[in-house]
Amino acid sequence: MGAGHAHPLYLDRAGRVHRLAPEVKIVAVLLFTIVVVVTPPTRFWAFAGYALLIAVLAATARVPAFWLLKRATIELPFVLLAVVLPFAGHGERVEWLGLSLSIEGLHGAWNIFAKGTLGVLASLLLAATTTMRDLILGLDRLRVPSVFTQIATFMLRYIDVLADDARRMRIARLSRGYDPRFLWQVKAFAVGVGSLFLRSYERGERVYLAMVSRGYTGRLPQPAHDRAPARQWAMSAALPLASAGIAVAAAVLT
Amino acid sequence: MIDVATPALNVSRLHYAYPDGRAALRGVDLTIAPGERVALLGPNGAGKTTLVLHLNGILHGGGGTVEVSGLPVTPGDRPAIAEIRRRVGIVFQDPDDQLFMPTVAEDVAFGPANSGVRGAELDARVDEALAAVGMSDHRDHVPHHLSFGQRRRVAVATVLAMRPEILVLDEPSSNLDPASRRELAEILESLPVTLLMVTHDLPYALELCPRSVILDTGRIAADGETAALLSDRELMRGHRLELPFGFDPAAAAASRADRS
Repeated sequence: MGAGHAHPLYLDRAGRVHRLAPEVKIVAVLLFTIVVVVTPPTRFWAFAGYALLIAVLAATARVPAFWLLKRATIELPFVLLAVVLPFAGHGERVEWLGLSLSIEGLHGAWNIFAKGTLGVLASLLLAATTTMRDLILGLDRLRVPSVFTQIATFMLRYIDVLADDARRMRIARLSRGYDPRFLWQVKAFAVGVGSLFLRSYERGERVYLAMVSRGYTGRLPQPAHDRAPARQWAMSAALPLASAGIAVAAAVLT
Repeated sequence: MIDVATPALNVSRLHYAYPDGRAALRGVDLTIAPGERVALLGPNGAGKTTLVLHLNGILHGGGGTVEVSGLPVTPGDRPAIAEIRRRVGIVFQDPDDQLFMPTVAEDVAFGPANSGVRGAELDARVDEALAAVGMSDHRDHVPHHLSFGQRRRVAVATVLAMRPEILVLDEPSSNLDPASRRELAEILESLPVTLLMVTHDLPYALELCPRSVILDTGRIAADGETAALLSDRELMRGHRLELPFGFDPAAAAASRADRS
């Protein structure tokens, strides 16, 4: 399913992780992230263990490390905040290369950086191995309220139509000599955004009419529900179990 | 089986006014026999789309009755309306409005699934409908990646999957290139259903529909053989209908008769 979804976060491989049912993967990544978040930041060995888990997972899913790291740069704006913490933090301070750094701040920065990176990498692995369509299906099977999955389904279908609309409007603007080099020229762009909104709103009405004409009464038909086999649940449980094991070991050993 | 005497569609004294009070339909009477193919012609603003939206009970409340194969359209009666919407399949003008699911197969399955079809039978319905419009190879594609003509054909399939008794098409040939237009005509001609086709494309009406109805200012202005209506210059001019340059309905009808 989902053939032809050219999505920048999805990597089309015939790996074993790709074949897992989406709901299984979502639960595994969610539990893994929770374990990572509740680990105290000073248990450094635990984070090394988590990173190793992610690396093993990426290798199993046949997702190249460079591909993953390039997309992980989305995290940078958030990490920037962490850089400030050691300088602005209170309490005990250490001297390092002539800089006075707060120990508490250093821990805070490490906390954000390590947990953020692990969370982003886990999510990227999920996105790389699961199509958008399957992600929505997975959420649906996990009993996420159908209003959310319906909105996501429509977004998935119409985002490209909308982007096409926006592109055509831009070409039409450019063809009439529009060249927004100065701030006061963005008015046409703003008006364009407004009319895009109106168009989408009207399209929404027409889509609804077409749906009602085909018997829509408020629920999208449920796609055939084949339960993920227990074997898949067991296989994917390896990730949260291993991470929980690392967390416990780190707590006991230190 | 449907009784031969029961019309596929029976519209009688249908009135409708827009919320602002402007009259859209002023007493429309229209009867279509099972298996008939009828073109609904008329200038912009004549009330064609308004009439179409009455056929499955989306618009109502202005007086008059609509019956589909003997079943009256009763707004408010949910089971009856659900059955009406299964019987009347409307293909809207913009396929992007009609195709809203992530894949072609899911979209075609939407209608029958709403009427309770499940499992293997649902798959069979989808296959059958896609085969009828020659789109079986595209069942798992994303609608956005199809050409406009292909999307229009899938839109027809989404309605065929509901096994409608009457197929209503709003401007089926608009925005199609000539080859897609011809392919769609061949598909429509092969379908064994009652057909009501709203169109400005008069040669298309002549090609596909033996009978035509002209709707103007909310009334049926003429009802008769398509070739005869199109050849009546006075009538055509009176209702802002124009044939393409150089098109001769009599000659076209004759060549059509030769072909079949």
